[in-house]
Amino acid sequence: MDGASPQDFKQSAARALADAKLQRALLNVKRGFIVKRANAKAKLPEFDELRDEARALKDHTLLHLDLYLEAYERKVIESGGQVHFAPSAADARDIVLKICKDAGASLVTKGKSMVSEEIGLNAHLEAAGIEAAETDLGEHIIQIRGEAPSHIIAPVIHLNKEEIAEDFVRAHRGLPQDRSLSAVPDLVAEARALLREKFVTAEVGITGANLLIAETGSSVIVTNEGNGDLTATLPKVHIVIASIEKLVPTLEDACTVLRLLARSGTGQEITTYTTFATGPARAGDPDGPRQYHVVLLDNGRSEMLGGDFRAMLRCIRCGACLNHCPVYGAIGGHAYGSLYPGPMGAVLTPALYGIDHARDLPNASSFCGRCEEVCPMAIPLPSMMRKWRERDFERGDPPLRERLALRLWAFAAKRPRLYHALSGTIAPLVARLAGDRGRFTSLPFAGAWTETRDLPAPQGKTFHELYRKTRGNEAP
Amino acid sequence: MTTEATEKRPHVGLFVTCLVDLFRPSVGFAAIKLLLDAGATVEVPESQTCCGQPAYNSGNREDATAIARTVIETFERFDYLVAPSGSCAAMLRVHYPSLLADDPQFAERARALGAKSYELTSFLVEVLGLDKVAARFEGNVTYHDSCSSLRELKLRDAPRRLLASVDGLSLTEMEETEVCCGFGGAFSVKYPEISSAIDEAKVCNIAKSGAACLLAGDLGCLLHIAGRLSRDGSKVECRHVAEVLAGLIEGPAIGQARKAG
Repeated sequence: MDGASPQDFKQSAARALADAKLQRALLNVKRGFIVKRANAKAKLPEFDELRDEARALKDHTLLHLDLYLEAYERKVIESGGQVHFAPSAADARDIVLKICKDAGASLVTKGKSMVSEEIGLNAHLEAAGIEAAETDLGEHIIQIRGEAPSHIIAPVIHLNKEEIAEDFVRAHRGLPQDRSLSAVPDLVAEARALLREKFVTAEVGITGANLLIAETGSSVIVTNEGNGDLTATLPKVHIVIASIEKLVPTLEDACTVLRLLARSGTGQEITTYTTFATGPARAGDPDGPRQYHVVLLDNGRSEMLGGDFRAMLRCIRCGACLNHCPVYGAIGGHAYGSLYPGPMGAVLTPALYGIDHARDLPNASSFCGRCEEVCPMAIPLPSMMRKWRERDFERGDPPLRERLALRLWAFAAKRPRLYHALSGTIAPLVARLAGDRGRFTSLPFAGAWTETRDLPAPQGKTFHELYRKTRGNEAP
Repeated sequence: MTTEATEKRPHVGLFVTCLVDLFRPSVGFAAIKLLLDAGATVEVPESQTCCGQPAYNSGNREDATAIARTVIETFERFDYLVAPSGSCAAMLRVHYPSLLADDPQFAERARALGAKSYELTSFLVEVLGLDKVAARFEGNVTYHDSCSSLRELKLRDAPRRLLASVDGLSLTEMEETEVCCGFGGAFSVKYPEISSAIDEAKVCNIAKSGAACLLAGDLGCLLHIAGRLSRDGSKVECRHVAEVLAGLIEGPAIGQARKAG
């Protein structure tokens, strides 16, 4: 974690906008994800029906989450695994640490997991003397940089390959300093060679889960690197950490979600690897872990179930809303100061950590609605951001100047006569102030606008004033 | 005009919008001309101010609701409400019904008004069946869809269809027409740097299109884009689509200097 907080949003955003390297890296969001998703969607005529189906099945699951969690737990136990419920992040960390200690682990490998980031697992394990090695290439890179991921499916989207090469030279000791790392395959080959060692020596492997299936007790991960499979199958203990809303009722339901997930995220029809894990290795299995644990994290989610933000629990973490968000595209993920950036993060972060901690996030949106449009779960993200703004406003949190301006404006807007008297006076005055130029390049009280844009001047009299006159002329 | 239309001309209440009222009355007059020419009767109730979006999108539900009730009381007597703005029309069509859903006195009235509220070009094309206008505009233009038109009203064709009938006008689409201009109402002054960065990308696409004029159906976007274009010293002019369709183009473009004399 780099210590940024959602409370520093404005300063972080300004820094991000001024960061030329970051701006160059962010072009990849547009070049990569957006076009690929559009093509993938276009090739699947039933995409919208699939989306309705997925939304309905997630809503159904959330409505009966208690029942499905119990059913899921029974199936995991039947298949020889164990389920641990973790109400808080601290509980989840402690449970994982205990399993690792019991296994006598000094090294654990990890597949990419946002829940692991959410609970701050790596620092907790390291503090107990256990090395946690990220094996997803992107996660490996941010681990050696000591950063948080800047995107939920593409952790290093904020970096260019030259920066990554520098990190590798710095962090991967014992290799020739003058080796060539200019091409992406060079970087991949070096990481692969280093990580191979970790895969075969780790005592515990920790993965996240894209889905949990109640019908079979399986956990599902999707990856493009195969690192998740090696993490899950080579060590003697496999720990799955997942939040409770990852549950779906059946294998069939999982397939419905999977058909949307990769298409929406990376624009692939399906990821290179889709891995189902059900319990530990059975007698006669040539490989697989001897223990299979699932740590189910709540961390505020069951509270969301009963409130205004339940629909957010449909999220399958595809990243489409980030990819299509003009704000995310302008400032990148780190500026949000939350592990969950972009539109989904603007709704989820205050739900998990409190609106007082993250009031800028749901406010910093033009409500362009593209997030909701591309969301494969049809989550009404702008409406929920507005809901947060309402809570924020009710608490009296917006700056005094903002609240005062809004109250004054509303006072007039509710009183048409007063409103027209005011606008009828102000518009011509302002127009006269602009003179023949037709615009303002700077204006007191409007610096926030005129710093970067001119303000077009009013034409002169208001419409209503002029209209009244034309009516007067027409009158018999 | 069809015979039904001549039997009873639809009575339209024009929702001027606060931005048109303050900044660009010519858009309101253009709207009236277009509506009259297409066979509607038009009235502009004076007891209108704003649709309430500034309050609604700032989380001030109470004031937004009060304003919405006034708008409903003012406009429900008309056959239709028409606004020269996708954003205000979407507020009325999409958001009033949800804003007032739990208000026993207004829930049904909000739904009823929402159902007969239209953005200007979509009303002309979809309700009045207009497919051409008698206007002339020399030059190559590009069209900016407002996010609310595009995504809340699912409206893309109507302005383009009418523009296609304007003599002398050719339309070149810019890249990324579906992307926001970064205005977002109060967003543009609460987060000016971000808003402006998004605007900059939009202005780049406008420049790349090679068009001499940018048209749009929402004055908010237009003020934002025009302000950036003129700051950058661009020669591209910005006008509201209604002004071009109505042939009211003598005055300076948005944010442009008045001609000498």
